[in-house]
Amino acid sequence: MQAEEKFTAETWPTAPERATLEGKNKFLGFWLFLGGETVLFASLFATYLALKDKVPNAEHTLAKDLFDLPLVFAATMLLLTSSLTSVYAMHHMKNFNFKKMQLWLGVTVLLGAAFLGLEIYEFNHYVHEYHHTFTSSAFGTAFYTLVGFHGGHVAFGLLWIVTLMIRNSKRGLNLYNAPKFYVASLYWHFIDVVWVFIFTVVYLMGMVG
Amino acid sequence: MANQQPNSENPRIDIEYRRKKSTEEMRYQIISFTLMIFLTLVAFFAVGYDGFSGWFTVPFIILLAVIQVIFQLYYFMHMSHKGHEAPALFLYSGVLVGAITLLAFLTIIWW
Repeated sequence: MQAEEKFTAETWPTAPERATLEGKNKFLGFWLFLGGETVLFASLFATYLALKDKVPNAEHTLAKDLFDLPLVFAATMLLLTSSLTSVYAMHHMKNFNFKKMQLWLGVTVLLGAAFLGLEIYEFNHYVHEYHHTFTSSAFGTAFYTLVGFHGGHVAFGLLWIVTLMIRNSKRGLNLYNAPKFYVASLYWHFIDVVWVFIFTVVYLMGMVG
Repeated sequence: MANQQPNSENPRIDIEYRRKKSTEEMRYQIISFTLMIFLTLVAFFAVGYDGFSGWFTVPFIILLAVIQVIFQLYYFMHMSHKGHEAPALFLYSGVLVGAITLLAFLTIIWW
């Protein structure tokens, strides 16, 4: 199958993301990258757990008094729902429905942007209300590195998906861009996987003490 | 790969079959999403509820997170589909190295 070939819903392959050699390579290479990302985030989690609540004196706020569960819960729901909407996008990609795929990717981007907005508000709040900054303590450094790295991934993912949507807006679906959309959605799910551990290990365990 | 081309004479029948399969898969996705939301709610309630001690809550919410991530990987990221042997190898290698890192950091650093 040629990457430039024109398709209809009838001739569209069942696994368009892996129908070409390039698609197969992207799929494999991307999963290798996700394996590496797992190690990266695990080392940041390990650092955070080792340095949690390690502050120079009693004036610094500890995790228990810092975190706000309703805010984290709202952020979690936004990101989890955005994961489902990107599943919808890939469902329409496999059914060769370009418009609906774009629509659901758009919803995903909006939810992701709302999540990022909440995170920026949260960091701003910690810095100004609690003087919990990147340089205030080892706890602060470990916290902002871990959660900020995840936020950076969200920002990058948003730019990636928006770029793909604009770049291919007039092109429609073909075997050249189907693997690109698929891989971007895998990245988005992976961001949610990391967030599940962040809300559990950082926020919920932080509240337990 | 075995699942590439429609192989019957009539593409119409093929597409109906594929749409049906696709809708069926979407139903599983919705079920896993509902379960993921449920697990998240349970985790937040377990922490919000004062009756549990930390010795129970912490392992419990970590277990919930692991279950939720398995749903995410196998349904949302399609690892339950065939042709995901290499991705599983890559991911679990990452998990193994990550687990050793976590273990080392949590046991070597004690101040």
